[in-house]
Amino acid sequence: MTAPASGRRTTGFFVGFLLVALVIAGGLSYLASSAPDGLDSVTLQGCEVTGSEVTGTEELTGTCIAQNARDSATAGSPLADYAVGGGDGTVGFAGIIGVAVTVVVAGGLFWLLRRRGTTAGTAGPDS
Amino acid sequence: MVLAMHMSDGLVNAPTAAAFGLIAVIGLALAVSRARADLDDRTAPMAGLVTAFVFAVQMINFPILPGASGHLLGGALVAILVGPWVGSLCIAIVLAVQALLFADGGLTALGTNVVNMALVGVFVGYGVAVAMRGLARRSRAGLLATAFVAALVNTVVAAMVFVLQYAIGGDGVTSIVTVFGLMVGLHLLIGIGEGVITAATVGAVASVRPDLVHLLRGAPPSLELRGTGGAATAGSAT
Repeated sequence: MTAPASGRRTTGFFVGFLLVALVIAGGLSYLASSAPDGLDSVTLQGCEVTGSEVTGTEELTGTCIAQNARDSATAGSPLADYAVGGGDGTVGFAGIIGVAVTVVVAGGLFWLLRRRGTTAGTAGPDS
Repeated sequence: MVLAMHMSDGLVNAPTAAAFGLIAVIGLALAVSRARADLDDRTAPMAGLVTAFVFAVQMINFPILPGASGHLLGGALVAILVGPWVGSLCIAIVLAVQALLFADGGLTALGTNVVNMALVGVFVGYGVAVAMRGLARRSRAGLLATAFVAALVNTVVAAMVFVLQYAIGGDGVTSIVTVFGLMVGLHLLIGIGEGVITAATVGAVASVRPDLVHLLRGAPPSLELRGTGGAATAGSAT
C-alpha cells in the first residue's frame, strides 16, 4: 500500500464518518424515544408529570428529586432542547448544527494540540 | 422543568457541584497534557469526528422499558477509538456544547456530568478494554465482545457515580437505596444498548481502518485482524 493511496483512503473514511454522524443527528433523531432517560426516570420517581411540555404548563405533582432541578441558564438559547427557535420538527436541523459545532470545536482543539509532522502508528508509548 | 439527557442544575447542592467541578477541571487539565502524545496528523481529525459522532448518537434515545429510554454515554467508545486522554476531552466537549447551546445538562452541573461520563465513564471503559485487549486482538468476535463489555461496565459505573453525588449532596427526598437500585437496574438495560452501539461502531471502524483503533495500535502485524488491508499501515508501530 503506497502512502498517497493511504491518504486518499483516510480522507474518504473521514468524509464517510462525518456523513454517518450527520445522518444520525439530522435524520435518525426524529425516531428517538421521547420517554425520560434512565437518569430522568430516577429523578422523577415519586412524581407525576402533568400538563404539557410544549405549552410550558408542565408541572410535577408529588415528591421527587427532579423538583429541585432548575432551568439551565442557557434555557433561552435558540437551540434549547434540540429545537431551532423552539420550532416543532426541527430536531434534525438542531442536530446538524450540533454535529457541525462539535466537529469544528473538537477538530480544531485536537489539531492545535497534535504533535506536528507525525502520522498514526508512530505515536508514543503503548498505554 | 424541562426533560434533558444529563444532570440539571439543583439536583445536588452547590458545595457538591463545586467540588465535582474542581475534580473535572483537574482531570481535564491532566487530559489536555497527556492527550498530545496520542494526537498526530491523522488521529487529530479522527478524534474530532469521533466527538461529533458521540454528539449525534447521544441524541438517539432508545426505549428500554415502557416509559423509559436510554442513550449512549460513549465512554468506552471513545476510549477504544482514540484512547482515554483524548477520549475524555471528546466527551467533555460534547457535554459543554450540549450545556451551552442546547440547554441539556446544567452549567453548575457540568462538573458532575464531566466526572460521570468524561472521566469515570471513559477510564472505566478503557480499563475494561485494556484488560480484554488480548481477546480484542485475537479475532473480530473478541474485539466486539471487548467493546460490548467495556461499554456495559462504563454505563453502570457512571450511573453509580451519580448515586455517590446524590448521597453526598442530594436532598434525600428519594432514599439512596431506591436511587441506587433504580439507577443500576435501568443502566444495566441502557448498558446493553450502549454495548451494542459501541461494538457496532468499533467493529465498523476496525473492518476498514484498524490502524485508527487506538486499542489495536501497537499490535504485532501477525496479530492484526485477519482479512483486512490495514496491517501494513499499522505495522510501523513501536
